[in-house]
Amino acid sequence: MSSAVLISIAMTVVGAATPILLAALGELVVEKSGVLNLGLEGMMLIGAVTAFAVTYSTGSAPLGLIAAMAASAAASMIFGFLTLTLTANQVATGLALTIFGIGLSSLIGQGFVGRTVDALHRTFPAALAEHPVWRLIFGHSPLVYISLVMTALVAWFLTRSRAGLILRAIGESDEAAHSIGYSVIGVRYLAVAFGGAMAGLGGSYYSLVLTPMWADRLTAGRGWIALALVVFASWRPLRLLAGAYLFGAVMTFELHAKAAGVSFLAPEFLAMLPYLATIVVLTVISVAPAGGRLAAPACLGKPFRATG
Amino acid sequence: MSRMNRRQLLAGSAATLALPALIGRAGAQEPLNVGFVYVGPVGDHGWTYAHDVARKRAEAKFGDQIKTNYVENVAEGPDAERVIRQLAQQGNKLIFTTSFGFMNPTIKVAQQFPDVHFEHCTGYKMADNVGIYNARFYEGRAVIGTIAGMMSKTGKAGYVASFPIPEVVMGINAFTLAARKVNPQFTVQVLWANTWYDPAKEADAAKALIDQGADIISQHTDSPAPLQAAEQRGVYAFGQASDMMAFAPKAHLTAITDDWGPYYVDQIQKQLDGAWEPQDIWWGIKEGLVGISPYNEVMPADVREAADKVKNDIAAGTLHPFTGPITDQSGAERVAAGETVADADLLKMDWYVEGVQS
Repeated sequence: MSSAVLISIAMTVVGAATPILLAALGELVVEKSGVLNLGLEGMMLIGAVTAFAVTYSTGSAPLGLIAAMAASAAASMIFGFLTLTLTANQVATGLALTIFGIGLSSLIGQGFVGRTVDALHRTFPAALAEHPVWRLIFGHSPLVYISLVMTALVAWFLTRSRAGLILRAIGESDEAAHSIGYSVIGVRYLAVAFGGAMAGLGGSYYSLVLTPMWADRLTAGRGWIALALVVFASWRPLRLLAGAYLFGAVMTFELHAKAAGVSFLAPEFLAMLPYLATIVVLTVISVAPAGGRLAAPACLGKPFRATG
Repeated sequence: MSRMNRRQLLAGSAATLALPALIGRAGAQEPLNVGFVYVGPVGDHGWTYAHDVARKRAEAKFGDQIKTNYVENVAEGPDAERVIRQLAQQGNKLIFTTSFGFMNPTIKVAQQFPDVHFEHCTGYKMADNVGIYNARFYEGRAVIGTIAGMMSKTGKAGYVASFPIPEVVMGINAFTLAARKVNPQFTVQVLWANTWYDPAKEADAAKALIDQGADIISQHTDSPAPLQAAEQRGVYAFGQASDMMAFAPKAHLTAITDDWGPYYVDQIQKQLDGAWEPQDIWWGIKEGLVGISPYNEVMPADVREAADKVKNDIAAGTLHPFTGPITDQSGAERVAAGETVADADLLKMDWYVEGVQS
């Protein structure tokens, strides 16, 4: 296999990994604050359609990205109001948000089906972006670099900043954090909004970069993979990065093995690989001493009512 | 025309009680009500879109003589039965149900409304008041296969496929046979995406095929994503179900299009004449049901001529895409020289011709 093909495959892996990394990073922060938002898929779809609609109408992709983040964050606020203020069940509300997002994105997108925009492919000048080798580093969409920067920022925020410490405290023991005067609900609202904005950014990757168009259910279930990835990464940003790229690599490997006519592995086996990888990694994490089971925020999914 | 979604339709069921009065008043001038049930949104730019264009065509043709009612986004299953029954109760005398999964609901409702006529698309169950219709898409595949054989430099096409059902298998075979007639060394690498619709996966599948040396992409999945991937990578591709030139102005050579208009006009005319009867229809290029969209300007004259010739010969009945000798993947002869594959065998095709790599 020539190096040009290998670079090309690597580029495809980056494309498969980036949107799920973006969405999963947001969800990781949400879950660290003790909230489980299963509405990722719906928020990604709302982001995808908003990014496309705004970019198509205004011709400005940056504006499209900002609008996508705002729209998905707004959708996440519905979830926030129901689960944080009204203490509704988070699992049921999250699922409802996904169903709502599928319907709403389809409604908004009605007038945009069958249209296309210029893909947001390049960040750097063509000399670098289309260089046969350097394109591996410089040939990506701005969203790819944003996802990497955000991974570093989230990692720094959670482990090195005071605000991150407060957020983690709220996720681990909401009662204790509340009793020393932190606003549990306020911080959780912020986390949920951040998760929404990141999901919107992830969704935009589909409608502006990977397949620059809008069609119903464009993300085709990637939100669920992002959700699983957070558990897979045992709530750690750098593991999340590795996990997203591992998933991207496995999904791409499946297609390349089929395209190369690899016949000693059944196609059904190849299709199974991403899920097999999930099971293997979950097993490894769970038996490790500082195990994955213990890594889950203690208050994850539990409603909080301020008392006293 | 009246447009409604499922919820409005169900919510309006109370209003249907008033319908007989309305019909009585309209008397002899009352138009024929024709119902359509769609599986997707009319804006899907593919399957349902094509059916809706045909509905509008029929409406334009018959004017005041008919009134069409459609319901979009109907899920295959129990919902479909409710919607079809509603349409029958609301006075539609001819109802087109346009997805394979509407087959059993159509038959069931048809038993309850013996004086309503039903037309079901792509199924195989008939009744005294249920006819079936389908399109010979493989004829279009033969045309684009011819183009692929002539336009490809590497002699290798990539084929993004959904599931190995006869409909898809016969398309792959027709494409490959036609391409190998032009270039006997031509090969077609099939990649089973195991989905009808997953734009990101379809795009990555097309990229994988291009990385493996394919310089022309064909697809039997529903989104324009493979075309967009081809456009990015600078190779050629074909549209699916409707003209997708807008998605890939450089890559899009042509598309196989569905034009159900002539069939709908024909059936509605029969209903108006009182001459409707259940039929098993499988129309193709000759009847205008399967079409080829305008060619991309990059196609040289000789390629256009060759493609037109295949199209015209199929229409004239002088060429059948499945004419022997045909050998399968193992090199064994499956169809003897001069023979053609019978329709019944096409509809259960489960083997690949030589040149297909899957």
